Amino acid sequence: MAVLQVNPTRMELSRLKKRLATSRRGHKLLKDKRDDLMKKFLELIRENMELRVQLEDRMAEVYEGFVIAGASMDDAVLQESLMLPQKQVFAEVKSRNVMSVNVPDFRFTDDGDPARDIYPYGFAFTSGELDASVDALSEVLPLMLQLAQAEKTIQLLAEEIEKTRRRVNALEYVQIPTLQDTIKSITMKLDENERGNLARLMKIKDMMIAQQREASGE
Amino acid sequence: MQTKIAVIGDRGSVQGFKAVGFDVFEAEKDASIAELVNDLAKSEYGIIFVTEELIAVNMDVVEKYKDDMLPAIIPIPGRNGSLGIGMANIHKNVERAVGADIFNN
Repeated sequence: MAVLQVNPTRMELSRLKKRLATSRRGHKLLKDKRDDLMKKFLELIRENMELRVQLEDRMAEVYEGFVIAGASMDDAVLQESLMLPQKQVFAEVKSRNVMSVNVPDFRFTDDGDPARDIYPYGFAFTSGELDASVDALSEVLPLMLQLAQAEKTIQLLAEEIEKTRRRVNALEYVQIPTLQDTIKSITMKLDENERGNLARLMKIKDMMIAQQREASGE
Repeated sequence: MQTKIAVIGDRGSVQGFKAVGFDVFEAEKDASIAELVNDLAKSEYGIIFVTEELIAVNMDVVEKYKDDMLPAIIPIPGRNGSLGIGMANIHKNVERAVGADIFNN
C-alpha cells in the first residue's frame, strides 16, 4: 500500500478528495479517448495495408517497364532524356485534426503547363516503351501520395495511442489507488484521534465526578 | 503550406521519378542518408520516399522523424522488388498502438 507523505489533517483530506475526483474524471476521459483512437486506427490500418500492397504491385510493373525501355535504347540517352523534367510536383500540406492528433493532408500540385504532355524529351531518340513507363509512373503518383498520407497518419496515431494508454494505466494503477489509500489512512488517523479524545474526555469526566463526590462527602 | 517531394534511392530505381517531377537524390545501395534527410527535412520537403534497401541501413534517421507531422518518410520498393520492410513498418505500428500485432497471420 503506497501512501503519500502528507499531514493527516482535515485540510489535507479534503484536498486529496478533490484530487481523487479529478483523477477519476481524467481517467474516464482518457479511456474514452483511447478507445476512440483505437477504433479510428483499426479503420485506417486496413486501408494502409491495402494501399501498400497495391503500390508494391504497381511499382514492380513500372520498374519492369523501365528495364525494358532501358534495354531498347542507350543508357546515356535514357539518362539524358529523363534528366530535365517538364514540371515539378509539390505536395500541398494541410493539417487535419483526428481526435486531437494533427495529421497531414496531402494534395498534389505542379507547376507544369497542363496543355503540354508530361514527356520531358523529344521522341526522336527514345523508344515507345519509355513513354509507356513514364505514363505508368505518373499514374502511380496519386497512389504514392495516398500511401504517404495514410502511413504518416497511422504513425502519428500509433504514437498518440501509446501515450494515452500509458496515461490511462498510470492513473488507473498508480495515481487513483495511491490517493484512495492515502485518504483511507488519513481518515483512520483522524478517527483514531477522535476516539482518543473521547476516551480522554470520559476519563476526565469520571475524575471530576469523583472529585465532586469527595468534596460533597466531606 | 506547399512542400516539395523527394525521392532517395539507387539510380536504377529512382531515375524515372525525375521525369514526373519529383526531386531525385541518388545514393549508393548501403550509403548513410542521415545527413541528406536532415537537410531535406529542414528545407521544406514534406514527403521523402526512400527505397527499402536504403531504409534498411538507415533506420535511426527514419525513427527520428517518426513522431513529427512532417516530413513523412515513406519506404517504396526498389528496382529489385519489395523487401517487405514497408509492410513490416505497418505491423510495427500496429504493435505499438495495440500492444500486439493483431494482423499477423
